[in-house]
This record gives sequence, structure tokens and C-alpha cells, in this order.
Amino acid sequence: MEAVINMVLLTLLVVVTLGVVRLRNLFAVVILGSIYSFLMASVFIVLDAVDVAMTEASVGAGISTVLMLTVLSMTRVEEAKPAHSPLLPLFVASATAAILIYGTWDLPGFGLAQTPVNTHVGAAYLERSIADTGVPNVVTSVLASYRGFDTLGETAVVFTAGIGVLLLLRRGRSRARLKKRQEERT
Amino acid sequence: MFAAAALALLVALILLVVRALKGPTVFDRLVAANSIGTEAILLLAVVGFLTGRPEFLDIGITYALLNLIGTLAVLKYFRFGDLSQSGGEEPEN
Repeated sequence: MEAVINMVLLTLLVVVTLGVVRLRNLFAVVILGSIYSFLMASVFIVLDAVDVAMTEASVGAGISTVLMLTVLSMTRVEEAKPAHSPLLPLFVASATAAILIYGTWDLPGFGLAQTPVNTHVGAAYLERSIADTGVPNVVTSVLASYRGFDTLGETAVVFTAGIGVLLLLRRGRSRARLKKRQEERT
Repeated sequence: MFAAAALALLVALILLVVRALKGPTVFDRLVAANSIGTEAILLLAVVGFLTGRPEFLDIGITYALLNLIGTLAVLKYFRFGDLSQSGGEEPEN
């Protein structure tokens, strides 16, 4: 069943990507981008990586969509016809894909017990996590307890970035208000 | 039982993606995107029960919040053409 769900989701991802490439209306492309993120998040859920799925949904479908829309409000909605031929970008993308696929040949098998990922500290975390932290989900215990300071730092960075974006958006607003007031005076 | 539900969800998902790709107006695409967000929540729930691990059900709440905010942002952009405007004001033109 999981294989079927995965196949359908991945096929839909390809279809949505083709739609993004073909469409010229950038507003529709932004919406398709958010759909892509939701589909990708579902793929992560089927792969049992719920935390990654949450990040994908919040960053991909949430923040990215809002940022793209902000950019869209500063430019035109219809995409211009490209002046150059698509052959060179197509070649570069295909070559990169070929190199990446070639790179996967050297990866160890999925879930293999002898890989470095599974032979170092991972086993110790799995064994001691409940006794040490009392959190049933090992990923959560690693993120929030063993690497708590790391996560705290990340949160501070993300919070600062959020404040920065808010300040930038506010600046545009106060400028618009100022302009409006000046127009009212004259 | 859950497998049947998952299959039904997948069929609905395919139909929604078709609508998002074909959709003559922007609003068709928008509603499709919003529904796909809801589909993702339902799929999360069904896959959780399908694999016998329904602990992740809570994450669906986060998804629902994100879905709402994303749709609100898109609609606000469509109404005002700008996200920095506060909601109460009417567009100037």
C-alpha cells in the first residue's frame, strides 16, 4: 500500500513540475509551488520522516508562498518569453541530474545495518533515549534534548530572520502611509 | 479499511491536481491548492493508522494552521496586490 501511495505522489510531483514549467502565469505558478510542497510533505510522511515533512510544509507551502507573493507584487504576473533557446539550460540540468544519479550508485542500501549512519552514536541514542529523556520519539529527543542548545540557536536565528522580514514589510507600509498623507495635504 | 480510504484519498488527490493544472481562473487553482493541503492532513492521518503509528495525528493541526495562513496570504495579495497592507483598509484604486 505504501508503495502505491508513494508512486501516485511521485507521479503527481512530476506532473505538477511540468505544469510549473509550462505555465506562463506566475500567480498560478506560485500556487502550484505550494501544491508541490504539500505533495512533497506527504512523501516525507509516507517515508516516516514527520519532522522533515513539517519543515517542508511550513517553509515550502507557508513561508515560500508568502515570500513569492511579496516578490510578485513588485513585478508583472505574466512571465515574458525567454530570449534565448532552452537547450543550454536543459543540457546543464540533465548533466547535473546524471552526475547526481551517478553519485547515488555509491550509497549503501536503504536501511542497511552496517552503514556508518547506523554504527556510530545512533544505536546509543536509540537505546538510552527513553531512560535519559522520557520522550517516546527518538528524533524529538535528539532535537530537543541531546542537541537542545543547537536547536535553541537555530530558533534564535529563525526568530531574528522573521523579525527582519516583518520590519522590511512594515517599512513598505509606513512609506505608503506617508505618501498617502502627503497627498492628502497637497 | 484504511487501505480503501487511502486509495480514495489518492483518487481525490489526482482530481485536485488536474483541477489545479487546468483551472481556468486563479480561484480554481487556489481552492484546489487549499484542498490539497486538507488532503495532506487526511493522508497523514490515514497513513498513520495504516502503519499502526497514529502518534503523528497532532501534526495535522500544524498543517491546518499553515494551510489557512497560506490561503489567506494568497487572497490578501489578490485583494490588495500587496502583502504589507493591513486588512481593514480598502485598496486605493
